[in-house]
Formats: sequence, C-alpha cells, structure tokens
Amino acid sequence: MARIVLSDEFGRQFAGGQTRFDLDVKNVRHLIRELEEMFPGIGEHLEAGAIAIDNEIIPDPWLNPIKPNSEVFFLPPIKGG
Amino acid sequence: MAGYEGKAFKWVGTRPVRPDGVDKVTGRANYGADQNLAGQLTGRILRSPHAHAKILSIDTSKAEKLPGVKAVITGKDFPQMHRGVLPGDEGVNFHYLSSNIMARDKALYDGHAVAAVAATSAAIAEEALALIDVKYEVLPHVIDVDDALKPGAPLLHDDIFTTGVNPKPDKPSNTVQRVHMALGDANAAFKDADIIVERSFKSKTVHQGYIEPHAVVAEWCEDGQARIWCSSQGHFMVRALTARLLNMEVAQVRVMPAEIGGGFGGKTIIFIEPTAVLLARKAERPVRIVMSRDEVFRATGPAPGSSIDVKIGAKKNGMLVAAVGEFRFQAGAFPGSPLGPACMAAFGPYALAHVTSAGYEAVTNRPLCFSYRAPGAPLASFAVESVIDEIAQKLNIDPMEMRIMNGSKEGTQMVYGPKLKAVGNLECLKAIKNHPINKIPLGPNQGRGLAAGFWFNLGGQSSAVVNIAEDGTATIMTGSPDIGGSRASMALMAAEVLGIDYSKVRPIVGDTSAVGFCEITHGSRVTFATGMAIIQAAEDVVLQCRQRVAAMWEVDVEAVVWEDGHARPAGANAGEQKPLSLAQIAARAARTGGPLVGKAAINAGGAGPAFAVHICDVEVDPETGGVKILRYVASQDAGKAIHPSYVEGQIQGGAVQGIGWALNEEYIYGADGRLQNSGFLDYRIPVASDLPMIEPIILEIPNPGHPFGVRGVGEVGIVPPLAALANAISRATGVRMMDLPMTPPKILAAIDAKK
Repeated sequence: MARIVLSDEFGRQFAGGQTRFDLDVKNVRHLIRELEEMFPGIGEHLEAGAIAIDNEIIPDPWLNPIKPNSEVFFLPPIKGG
Repeated sequence: MAGYEGKAFKWVGTRPVRPDGVDKVTGRANYGADQNLAGQLTGRILRSPHAHAKILSIDTSKAEKLPGVKAVITGKDFPQMHRGVLPGDEGVNFHYLSSNIMARDKALYDGHAVAAVAATSAAIAEEALALIDVKYEVLPHVIDVDDALKPGAPLLHDDIFTTGVNPKPDKPSNTVQRVHMALGDANAAFKDADIIVERSFKSKTVHQGYIEPHAVVAEWCEDGQARIWCSSQGHFMVRALTARLLNMEVAQVRVMPAEIGGGFGGKTIIFIEPTAVLLARKAERPVRIVMSRDEVFRATGPAPGSSIDVKIGAKKNGMLVAAVGEFRFQAGAFPGSPLGPACMAAFGPYALAHVTSAGYEAVTNRPLCFSYRAPGAPLASFAVESVIDEIAQKLNIDPMEMRIMNGSKEGTQMVYGPKLKAVGNLECLKAIKNHPINKIPLGPNQGRGLAAGFWFNLGGQSSAVVNIAEDGTATIMTGSPDIGGSRASMALMAAEVLGIDYSKVRPIVGDTSAVGFCEITHGSRVTFATGMAIIQAAEDVVLQCRQRVAAMWEVDVEAVVWEDGHARPAGANAGEQKPLSLAQIAARAARTGGPLVGKAAINAGGAGPAFAVHICDVEVDPETGGVKILRYVASQDAGKAIHPSYVEGQIQGGAVQGIGWALNEEYIYGADGRLQNSGFLDYRIPVASDLPMIEPIILEIPNPGHPFGVRGVGEVGIVPPLAALANAISRATGVRMMDLPMTPPKILAAIDAKK
C-alpha cells in the first residue's frame, strides 16, 4: 500500500489530527476520491494544492499513477514569481 | 524523449546575440503602452484616498456629462462573482479578484480602484475623475501584520474564517490561514543542543520595481469578442481571468502579448484589463489604460512584509539538532501571501532531522500582496540564515564550514515531506569557499557575510510549435512571454535538436489564438518547461524528416538517423545514400507529405530545485550608518546553462533586487494608512553606482528531470542577499540587524545603542 501524508492543517481540519495513511490506490484521482469518502469536504482543498509523489512535485496531478510502495505528500500550493 | 546524457552540445551553452535585441535597442519593440488603435480613448482610474472605508455612494453624473467623456464605470458594472472558491477554480477566489480590480462596498486600501472613465484625451479623463463624487465612511485600518492578527483588529472581510485550525472558527477575522509542517520533534530535540539562538525579525512590504508600468489597450467588437494588447507574465492568464470576471467565453477573448519591461512575479495577475474591456464595451471604442508609477506602487501586487521568529539549536561542533520557524505574512487586502512556500523553503539548505515550520497569513489594509521572485523564500531565508550565522559566530566556527557540515543534498528529507534528488547545494557552497574573495583581508568597519538559499522551481503546462520553411529555416512559437531572454534559449534548444545554425531559427511569442496554452512565466519554469516543449516539437520535426527520407530511400525509418542537421543512413543496411540536410528535405516537403510542422503540448514535471550561495564584503560608515558593498560573489546551480549570459543576468538581477530589499526598499505608510513613498525618488531601488560588479558563478549539476539537465534559474538568486548583507553588516559593526530594510538611520541607531 502507498504511504499517504496529509499536511498538518488538513489533518487537524479534516482527519482528527491524523496525517499518515496507508492506502491502496491506483492514481491521484482514486486517492482524492478515497480521502473525500473518508473525510468529506477535503477533496476540493487537496486539489487546490500541490502533490509530491516519490519525491517529485507534480503539477496538476490527477491521472498520475501511484505505486504500491509510493510515498505521496500533499503540499500547500506553490506559486512562483 | 530522447536522451542527451553525455552529448557534446553545439549550440546549448553558447552566448549568441538575443533575437529580440535589435528591436529593443532601436526602440522598435512594442511594449504595453505602445499599441495605438483608430479612435482609441484614454482610460483613467479613480482610486480611494482612504486605507479602509465604506463606499456610501458614487455619483458619476457630472463626469458623464463632461464633453469628451465616453464611458464611466464603477463596481456595479462588473458581474457579481461567487463568494468563496468553487471546485475546479484552482483556489482562485474570483469575488476577491474582481473586488480588487474595482471596489464594491468597501475600499480596502489607499489606491483601491473605485471608478474609471474613458475620454478623448488624458486631460478630459483626469477632469472627469475629479467630477466623480464618492461618499465614504472612513473605518479604522490596520497596516502591520502583527496588529492585524490581534483580536479586535479592524476587520477587513466578514467572510474570512481561518483555515488550518481545529475547531473551525465561528467568527470571521483577518487571519486567513494557519500553515504547519514538521519533521521529527524539534521542541524535544532542543534538549540535545549545546547552544540555542532565538531571534525575531521584521520586514516591510517591497515592490518588484519593474520599470514598465502596467498598460493595456482593449477593443470590444460588435460580435461580442474582445481583443487585448498588454504586457504580462502570461497572456493566457490574462485571457482566462478577464473572461471569467466578465462572464465571457474564453475563446471570445484574444490577448496579444507585448514586450515586457520587467515583471518578477508582479505581472502574474491582472489589475486593469477587465476595466479596459468594460470601458471599451460601454464607449464602443478602444481604450488604453497606462498606470502611473504612483498607481503601480499603490495598487498592484507588491511582496508582503513579515514578522518572523526563528529558533535553532546546535551542538558545540556546529551540527544542527533542531529548528523552529514561525512565519507571519501580510496578505494585503485579500488573501494570497506566499506563506506556504516560505514555510517550505525556509530551512531548505539544511539537512535537519527535527524541524518545524509554521505560520499565519493575515489580511491588512494594503494593496494585494503578490508574487515576487521565489515568493516568500527571501524573507524566510533572511531570518534563518541570520540565526545560522549568529550560532557560527557564537561557537567561533567558520560559517561556511557549518553550512557544509549541515548542508542538504541528494536524499535529504525536506520539512514538507519529499526527499531531494540530485541538487547542487554543497557544490554552490564549495564554489564560494574556494573563491579568492575569502583571501582578501578586511579593513576597519568591514565585514564579510555569507548566506545560502533554496527554491523549488516549477514545471507545468506549455505548448510549442516548430514550423520549417521551404529553405530549411525554422520559426518556433510558444505562448510564454519572454521576460528574461527565453526566446534566445528556445532558439538555442531548437537549433541543437534540429542541427541547424542558431541564426536559422526565429523564435516568436504567439498570441492566445495562435499557439497552444502556456501557463504564466513564473516559478523559473519557462526555460525548463517551455524549453522541454520546444525540444519535443523539434524532435517531432526530426522524426517527420526521418520518416520522409526513409520513404525516399525506401527503407525503414530506423534505418535513418539524424546527425548534425542531416538525415543519414544508420548503417550499411540502409544502402549508400547521400545525407540530406533539413533544407533539402524541406524543399521536397510538398512532395513528401506537406509542411514540416512539429508540435508539443506538455505538462512538465521533474523541475529540479535550485540552490544559491552568496558572499559579500561591506564597509559600514560608523558616522552615518551607510553601507558600501565592496565585493559580491554569487554561485548558483543552473543544471545546464542554455545561454550562460542570461543565466548570469538572472543571478546578477536577483542579487541586486535582494540588495535593494536588504538595504533600502520599503513601503512607508502614514498614520492615516496612506502610502507616502509611491515613486522612485522616495522608494529607493539600487542604481549602478550603489553596486560593485556582481560576480556570478554558474554550476551545472544536471537536473535528471530535463533532457538537457536544465533547472530554473530566475528566482533563487534573490533568496540569499538579504541575509548575506545582514551577516556582513553584523560582522562589520558587531550589531545584528533584524529589521529590514537596514537603512543608515537604523544601523546608526543600533551602533549607538551598543556603545
């Protein structure tokens, strides 16, 4: 199963303080859907931020595959200047 | 994607003349204000003189009756936007965006637009503004971020409920969000430290200081289409936001990119374009709006001020054991500060097992704070690098050796989660360590300062087209505005792949109807991401050439290789064929399948983070507190420098803007909440006579996420200078400056206080 890590704010706001989960998901779309089912309302916030899969920050993630041993971090949105 | 590892480049890494250079030095280049259409009117915007006020009424009747006035608009002419952020809107609150462009019920800062006119001359437009009667009820205002966070502070919005906290507040406040990220347990780890230094830092709002003011020409067509000419960091962004704010279909808006006289993040959002379109629609004539410098300062998107606490603990040998940063950022009148990236980037140069990075964002009665080169990172770095330097000083350890000892590298886990891939932090440090500047003896009142900086760099969506003409020359087109010499870099990459001379490639920035979507030019992304699109589009041409030659030679495409701009037989099996050049293949294009057009549309990932290390020598006049920069050296990892001169320019430009931020630049507000220095005479940016030669050192640690190894180079150069200067001044004077800018009166007061 992939290791999923929410930011502390999302953990506090939606997941009762928990930030780490082990989930069996195929891609980012499935992951967000799964988290939305677990914590209603979190999905739109997750989509507005950035995601790092296996140490690479992915722009506009959606169909990107998540492997069984992947590590996924949800990050605040990053905007450049 | 083809691999280029180990390939000797012919064009990449060279320094040819920029393709837009002649137009710029001869004055032929068209900037935002240069567009002129038949019947064009002059637009002017009326702005609030109050920092915070209810708008009780706006009477435009006298202005409308003035001869020569063709249109007057207020907030009522703008479509109402949904309050809040809708799913799919990528976090953009269009109600706030629209309300920033034209105030509705309240003016939220000095300079907030409240009405606009279009008239047959600038004089008439100005006269009309004076005839608009706005009745205000002045409200208490709040300027400072720490004041805005306090309970009972004047409230800007009734719909901001702090996010990131639990339980969710039931009352609105100025506090937009709480961000918190941690690795390990910093508070527990401090017990292992031999030394702990904890300091607080303040900084003021600064402006990007681009020389070209915002300018737009808008034309409304009878069939409901709008055409916009403007300079921006992304004409697709201008199209999308303008269409949304005016309830138009995106394809009904066409935006033509002008040359841009600087942006640095400040032109990644819109301020006047929808206003110009509405005026043009109402007047039924084109309208041009050009901001004055006063308007640029008062009503665009400067970088936020901040209030920061940093606590770092270390062992006696200099090894860091724990760090905590608490970052409080202004957001201006609407949310949007770079708090998240600041928290993420603050400790980037260090491998820390125990680190917490957290903060708050608060709205204030200032113009919307927006992006400025590596948004958030310079302020965070100023605080962190100052404390690192103080620890080294207290432990009597070489600050360079302490940074190398603790430096982040491939495999280091960052506070925001992921581990670094191949990066050049240690290489940047060692390049500065080995520089001759370290051997130059310092005199009285002189000091040497060092600082490191980190920035993520971004990828994202880009499109590119490579059109091969019948003589084998190439026109290449992207939708990425060129704000740092990117056209030259695009041409170099295309020439490299196609195997033709750089002079045979003509790069163009296409308008929104001519080329596929490109995200804004930000995040140091263009040479990386749009460059990747150009490489793929050129590879598409190469593949087509090989296919056509294979058909001519009646062999499989694998039997044709592309080398040095020619199709050649891959081996003896392909037969004794004479190589064919791109020009020869292009000449036969009509007979082999039609025009040679290569295309690519990508969403590029794999942007490699950037590191930079700066060192400087200063002399502080003990009588005046004035700082003279004697020497300045900056090292930066470019991955692969496509055009080294422009990489050097980015390094130097970032350093100079950081120097201004460190020493002089600040928004100064009066007690009435009005900006007092909205011009370059009173808002002092560095000029050439203030500066030594900024010596750039380019390092090339290839980014594995790009075929040529490219990393973005545009932003990280502004991260280290604030702390490098602060550390040098500290070493020169014996006092540590923790309040930016470090102006002569502040330094003198600190020196006097120490006596």
